[in-house]
Amino acid sequence: MANEAAIINVVARTSLWLQPHRIVLILIALGLVLSAAFFMRWDWLPQYYEMGLIGIWRSLWILAVTCVLGFLLAVPLGLAQAAGSFWFAAPAKVFCTVIRGTPLLIQLWLLYYGLGSLFPQYPWIRESWMWPYLRQAWPYGVLALTLSFAGYEGEVMRGAFAGVPKGQLEAARAFGMSRWKAFRRIWLPQAIYRALPTLTGETVLQLKSTPLVATISVIDIFAVSSKVRQDTYLTYEPLLLLALIYMMITGILVFAFSRIEARIPNKIG
Amino acid sequence: MSGGAWRQRHAPCSIFPRHVCRRRSRRRLASTSGATLIDALLSASAAGITELLSPYPPGWGGALLVGLLHSIEIALGATCLGLLIGTGGAYGKLYGGPVVRDLLAVYTTIVRAVPELVLILLLYYAGTDLINQALTAMGYQRVDVSGLAAGIAVLGFVQGAYSTEVIRGAILAIPQGQIEAARAYGMSPGLMLRRITLPSMLPFAIPGLANLWLIATKDTALLAVVGFYELALATRQAAGVTKAYFTFFFAAGVLYLLLSLVSNLIIGRVEAWSRRGMPSLKEAR
Repeated sequence: MANEAAIINVVARTSLWLQPHRIVLILIALGLVLSAAFFMRWDWLPQYYEMGLIGIWRSLWILAVTCVLGFLLAVPLGLAQAAGSFWFAAPAKVFCTVIRGTPLLIQLWLLYYGLGSLFPQYPWIRESWMWPYLRQAWPYGVLALTLSFAGYEGEVMRGAFAGVPKGQLEAARAFGMSRWKAFRRIWLPQAIYRALPTLTGETVLQLKSTPLVATISVIDIFAVSSKVRQDTYLTYEPLLLLALIYMMITGILVFAFSRIEARIPNKIG
Repeated sequence: MSGGAWRQRHAPCSIFPRHVCRRRSRRRLASTSGATLIDALLSASAAGITELLSPYPPGWGGALLVGLLHSIEIALGATCLGLLIGTGGAYGKLYGGPVVRDLLAVYTTIVRAVPELVLILLLYYAGTDLINQALTAMGYQRVDVSGLAAGIAVLGFVQGAYSTEVIRGAILAIPQGQIEAARAYGMSPGLMLRRITLPSMLPFAIPGLANLWLIATKDTALLAVVGFYELALATRQAAGVTKAYFTFFFAAGVLYLLLSLVSNLIIGRVEAWSRRGMPSLKEAR
């Protein structure tokens, strides 16, 4: 019975969504896509297919690593601003302001060209184990994106930490939890619940920042499309496909986050 | 794009400007690691930095300032265009017919899901191409679209999608009674927009719009990728010529930061002005 009701519900919602004008719009969109498929040149696809997949994989990998590392950095940044003494709060605030006040492109170029051009002057850096990594571009890209994510998310975490009601923390202390345990069990989870909706947006923004690493010669999916454009002299096809790929990744991210959000109790605070 | 960067970096000392070479020989004398570190952070000596950043021709400060001016021009133009598109878009989304609403939903969704860098490239090429095709079809000469106009149009189109959402939310936040009262007084839709909706939506919209302005100032840096001369590209050129990469990118960062901080000050004033007569945010909480 419940199953039938659910099916009827879905059908009703679909028919509400699928109004006549939407059908026409969908047909027009289909027509556009089909004409793009037929009238534009896609014969380069088989040749660059594998390179494109590697590029997508690299973009996703950079996104995942920088988001996780950035978030780990954002927690202490937010905590320092929300509850730290002046000597912790002020540097964290300055860091967040500087990161949020300058373009990511400049941060990236400052790290890669600026810092990177200073390292080779020092023999002890050139002889150290880090040198093989410092010669490549991706560590600079990952570092810049991580710091950027930490700066934006640190500000969000400040609000989230400050928004957890005091009574919750006092109750935790009254139960005899140590400060660390109260932080781990009460304060941090509730702050993350509060930050989760903005975390979706920040992650999508981070995805949209990843193509910048192509400007420092990391071969991500954006760089692959630039290479296709250079090799084939096509302007639109690689860019349109690139936009489609990013839209699909964004869609998957938003869907995944909405699933996670749905699992979290929403009556808090 | 920058494959040569490493090669330049490892090039022998002779291609570096003179002051860098001079400093290198001096550094060999410095023995303490602390001194080396300080030396490393200041990629040129203090005199060298002022020389490099001086606003008069041998220095590159003037070029950076011109770039900053261009950045501000584009950001201003793009924000204004974005506000126009956003107001129209918000009205369309709230009061438009079903087709208009769906098309606007597609516009905002696509623009917000695709990276700005990709959109800029796509719109820049597609826009100039379309204009030229239309002109040749009508029998006119092809024109070179000015970088400033193209930059403003492209960024304005992107900003429009975001400000549509901000303004839509702000209009929805207006107490319904105000709109009803305006209708009851027999105001026409245009008059109501000018006298009631826009002024009373302002306090709700300004935080979001201020954020968009800050994003716009930072997004102008992306136009360097399509070759428009603004602060990021000016910095890149200056750094490429003098090889003082750290100094110039640091200086550009400081300029962008100053722009953001000054904007924040002005935005605070504007927000206080738009909220005049309303209870302060602290009391409301």
